[in-house]
Amino acid sequence: MLPDHSVSSVETRIKMANDHQMADLLHVSDLETIFHTNQGFVHAVNGVSFKLRAGETLGIVGESGCGKSVTVMSILHLIPTPPGQVVGGKAEFAGRDLLRLSSREIRQVLGSQISIVFQDPMTSFNPVLTIGRQLTEPLEIHQNLNKKQARQRAIQMLELVGIPNAAERMNDYPHQFSGGMRQRVMIAMALICTPELLIADEPTTALDVTIQAQIVELVKRLRDELGMSIIWITHDLGIIAGLADRVLVMYGGLIVEEVPVVELYTHPQHPYTIALLASLPRVDALGHRRLASIDGLPPVLLEKPNACPFAARCQFVIERCQHERPPLRLVAPEHLVACWVDLETGKDRP
Amino acid sequence: MSSNQEFLVVERLVKHFPITRGVIFQKKVGEVHAVDNISFNIKKGETLGLVGESGCGKSTTGRAILQLQRPTSGHVYYKGVDLVHLQGVELRRMRRSMQIIFQDPYASLNPRMTVGEIIGEVVYVHGLARGNELRERVDALLNRVGLDPAYANRYPHEFSGGQRQRIGVARALAVNPELVVCDEPISALDVSIQAQVVNLLEDLQAEFGLTYLFIAHDLSMIRHISQRVAVMYLGTIVELTTQDELYLHPLHPYTQALLSAVPVPDAIVERQRKRIILKGEVPSPVNPPSGCRFRTRCPLAVQVCAEQRPDFREVSPQHFVACHLV
Repeated sequence: MLPDHSVSSVETRIKMANDHQMADLLHVSDLETIFHTNQGFVHAVNGVSFKLRAGETLGIVGESGCGKSVTVMSILHLIPTPPGQVVGGKAEFAGRDLLRLSSREIRQVLGSQISIVFQDPMTSFNPVLTIGRQLTEPLEIHQNLNKKQARQRAIQMLELVGIPNAAERMNDYPHQFSGGMRQRVMIAMALICTPELLIADEPTTALDVTIQAQIVELVKRLRDELGMSIIWITHDLGIIAGLADRVLVMYGGLIVEEVPVVELYTHPQHPYTIALLASLPRVDALGHRRLASIDGLPPVLLEKPNACPFAARCQFVIERCQHERPPLRLVAPEHLVACWVDLETGKDRP
Repeated sequence: MSSNQEFLVVERLVKHFPITRGVIFQKKVGEVHAVDNISFNIKKGETLGLVGESGCGKSTTGRAILQLQRPTSGHVYYKGVDLVHLQGVELRRMRRSMQIIFQDPYASLNPRMTVGEIIGEVVYVHGLARGNELRERVDALLNRVGLDPAYANRYPHEFSGGQRQRIGVARALAVNPELVVCDEPISALDVSIQAQVVNLLEDLQAEFGLTYLFIAHDLSMIRHISQRVAVMYLGTIVELTTQDELYLHPLHPYTQALLSAVPVPDAIVERQRKRIILKGEVPSPVNPPSGCRFRTRCPLAVQVCAEQRPDFREVSPQHFVACHLV
């Protein structure tokens, strides 16, 4: 279904992903982002490091304000500056540090090698341009296609994401599409230059559950066909269960747990992850069980945390948590946790 | 279903909103069929969950019951009294026992009033307390919903979403109501805060014997909190039964698809589940499909579905379905 010129690169990419399971596509280290506000600096991201392998789907979960979106937006120069400012860290992508690129260079990467799908498809389109115009623009800029080729490719892409009457709908404006259809067009636009990395920032949060299921199925199918890597940001621990290979759990601007997806639900290790899972009602639960709520509120982050950000709400808290920030430590293969407490003994982890 | 002695009986409730053209000579050019002929009842002390996707008419149903939006036709009997025909003082008196908690904790609290005034106003309007007594009552309410009574002099913007929703709960409880319509009270909140508010609502129900109509689109939460669940689609109730029965033996094709679409927070279970992916999207309520409203997306639809609207009938005890094929 894809145009010829991209098929070979897609095949090599899938092959590469299979051959070198270890190949890192993106390597973020010690990322720090602050925002200048009237109350002072808000430390939104406080030293986040992670790797994304080629062909892998990485989930980032956390509640509002935990820094999950800011992390990704920082890497892509999409933080409004001011008030935001990336103050430190590295983000290596294909041998280059994204944070050191000029705005001109990052624009060449965005849309061609890395694409983003946002939560609200209404505000991320230009309302006064037709869908066709917006879909063909990246092709004309990044791939030097002429108008006719670009139009043809755009129609193919709309068909691929399941828009009926694709050729006719090219002339429609964003407001003429429903929420679910608009998100499909958004995905078509993101994938039109067959990027290596797709970043999905809560793409289904604004959608109804039956439409959400359609979009998730669509992304899974496209992922397998195109062999791309995905970073899927969400607050929904349900969606991530069916999609991700590995999951980062964020809290207070930090990664508190990094875990393979199956283990996230079978052996969560960080007290926050455990509490979060216990506070979720399940559609397949029998009988009635009181939800375990997490008392208190998320931290405000006006100071750079030099303690565990979850200490104030944690039921396992020990003295050390209050004045020393726990590093991410390996507790099982591929499973890292930032916590001082050994949950079995309730004491300091050796 | 229409024994007037029950706590709350909704009978053939219809709410249409007119679509008008023109500024001075407004001409009606169409109607939004928000709620179309629904009947159900709520028993005293239970939680009835009302679930459906956006635009299915679940919030309109809640508001039409409280007469915040007057129904186009139909009846709402509260302890045998038909609210639809009440007006003025009589209606206000009834409202004392029926309150609502709104979805958006940011928009539903007046930013220019202190928390004390917001909660106290309801008590004052109904003439239940004055002066010191009123202040004590507000303090007690704040205490009960888990807020410091010293907050009574603060303004809503000083609170987080979860705390604001607690203020909304305190306001609803201020006049000792019997029925509380909870209109998506937790959808705007973070996961860890949702559990706090839901647990609070459950505690209050046990303590004061409250009856809830709990409106939500989150099927997992609805399952958690409700004893019986009604599923709405495009202005009609397609299925109504007890909580476990609905989730274990869903009969309506829409309910089945809806339940299968909800992700489960467990990677092993989630990867083995079979999904019924519905084609297309919900049709416009301005011009709903003939016959069964769901037929345009139903994987099982046959000829009769387009011709006749299915009856909402009891197929087994306590299990009501509107489908020709069941």
